[in-house]
Amino acid sequence: MEMICIVCPNGCRLEVTGTGDDITVTGALCPKGVDFAHTELTAPLRSLTSTVATAFPLVPRLPVKTRGEIPKGKMHEAMAQIRAVRVTKPVKVGDVILADVFGTDIIATGNAGEVAA
Amino acid sequence: MPNSAAEKYDVLVLGAGPGGLAAAVSAHENGARVLLVERERKLGGILKQCVHDGFGLMRFKERLTGTEYAQREIDRFHALNIDVVTESFVVDIQPTDGTYLVTTQSAAGMCRYECKAIILACGCRERTSRQVFIHGDRPAGIFSAGTAQYFVNIQGKMPTKKCVILGSGDIGLIMARRLTLEGAEVVGVYEIKDAPAGLSRNISQCLNDFDIPLHLSTTVTEVFGQERVEAVAVEQVDKNFQPIPGTRQVIDCDALILSVGLLPEIELPNMLALPIDPATKGPVVDQTMMTKAAGVFACGNVLHVNDLADWVSVSGEAAGRSAAAYCTAPRTWNDNATALQYERGDFLYALPQYFDPTASEPLTLYFRSREDVAGKRVTLDLGGEKAAFSKKYRRLIPSEMEAVTVKEAASGTVYQLTMHN
Ligand SMILES: Cc1cc2nc3c(=O)[nH]c(=O)nc-3n(C[C@H](O)[C@H](O)[C@H](O)COP(=O)(O)OP(=O)(O)OC[C@H]3O[C@@H](n4cnc5c(N)ncnc54)[C@H](O)[C@@H]3O)c2cc1C
Ligand code: SF4
Repeated sequence: MEMICIVCPNGCRLEVTGTGDDITVTGALCPKGVDFAHTELTAPLRSLTSTVATAFPLVPRLPVKTRGEIPKGKMHEAMAQIRAVRVTKPVKVGDVILADVFGTDIIATGNAGEVAA
Repeated sequence: MPNSAAEKYDVLVLGAGPGGLAAAVSAHENGARVLLVERERKLGGILKQCVHDGFGLMRFKERLTGTEYAQREIDRFHALNIDVVTESFVVDIQPTDGTYLVTTQSAAGMCRYECKAIILACGCRERTSRQVFIHGDRPAGIFSAGTAQYFVNIQGKMPTKKCVILGSGDIGLIMARRLTLEGAEVVGVYEIKDAPAGLSRNISQCLNDFDIPLHLSTTVTEVFGQERVEAVAVEQVDKNFQPIPGTRQVIDCDALILSVGLLPEIELPNMLALPIDPATKGPVVDQTMMTKAAGVFACGNVLHVNDLADWVSVSGEAAGRSAAAYCTAPRTWNDNATALQYERGDFLYALPQYFDPTASEPLTLYFRSREDVAGKRVTLDLGGEKAAFSKKYRRLIPSEMEAVTVKEAASGTVYQLTMHN
């Protein structure tokens, strides 16, 4: 079975043979590709990036992301939670916007409010 | 009318994307008095709207979003207290007796600056619908993927409920996912060529993850709708991009999003009548990033469209270093610089277009293969006894740029890139 490693822009074409825990991965330029193939076949994970509304007229949207990864099948549910947020206090890159969303946090990837520059 | 006397700087950096920010920092760190000029209110360039991740693996050894990458560069820039003007549009550049006079337009009026060196860092723009041939009306609802990205990520407005994407460039793929996550229906991505233009990882994580179909060798041939797009017709094409009869399909949608590629923004290079390389579509430079106008340097997407912002920063640093060096030791374009030779059949493009053996900057060469090839060797001959660089590539594809840095000094009497078995 063929899959693309999405961990980095190299996008290695992985060839996966075998089943369950007993798989062989070829085509990965680095060990992360092998790990990727394993999780992809057992419990695929994705990071999610989006924006949330703010109360600041000059910066109406604040970019956010999941700190870690969430189950691939939970992306739409996570989006529903993200869509309900409105930031009213100044925030900077790395601040937690929404705690514990499918086992990780939603954090700011930009500045907004007074600290924005 | 320009009111006061021109303010004097060593280096003016035009454009505050990752290229301009890196250039300003490196010119400053190399001793130049620098002013950064940006037409928008905020620094960061196009990265401001790139909320997706995949940036910075090379530069920060971390996986960052475009906005995080930009913020790091902005913080570093501000920490050095380098002068900056925003909401200032560069409208004129005049060479005057060994210096340049740059005129900007802002809400406060016109301003003039005199400088010894200029770094062009004005980025790229998207090919528009005018550069794509489609029959039918031009109703509202036809826009570029970058415009869609701006609406959704900066303004928080959804520009479509149900759309078709024409072209498989990365920004289109990323917007297919973004729009889907925000609740729109992306009917499909249609690509006239028989291979996708974007990175494989984006086909995988932006389309396949969301069951958005990619139709290769298919294009949009007609747009319907009076005020607003109501539908588009798509048709499969043959090898010569001619529609195949009987394959036409009409798709209801309220928007047609174009992701048909980027071009260097050459408005500023044109003000200086700089020679443009037909392959890169950007100005011609030597390995110091100097254009054929002495003291005018260029970096980032104005030179050629990069797929990774990390390489834009690298070229910005080179341009900044070189511009600072130029201010203390001005030089002219070396007419004996060696022109880069390569087969256009093997490479889509390669740059810098010239190697100046008298300049001290090490050479970083960027290239893209013309075709998807496997197991080919690429060799760079700089006139030394041994090749300056030679590497066998597992795979080379046009959408992924390759870069090579050559540390060894070489005679530079030859400057030739070849692809062979
Ligand atoms: C819509 C879009 C989306 C992109 N998405 C990605 C992506 O997802 N990933 C990726 O790696 N790359 C992406 N790119 C490519 C991206 O441009 C580069 O990665 C990188 O940001 C380029 O940096 P730069 O500094 O060369 O140009 P830019 O970031 O484009 O910065 C150029 C700056 O110059 C300013 N400027 C231009 N003309 C003038 C003037 N006359 N006066 C004053 N200021 C001026 C502009 O306002 C802008 O701030 C995208 C490009 C576009 C157009
Ligand atoms: S295998 Fe390693 S190098 Fe290849 S795409 Fe995955 S992370 Fe990148």
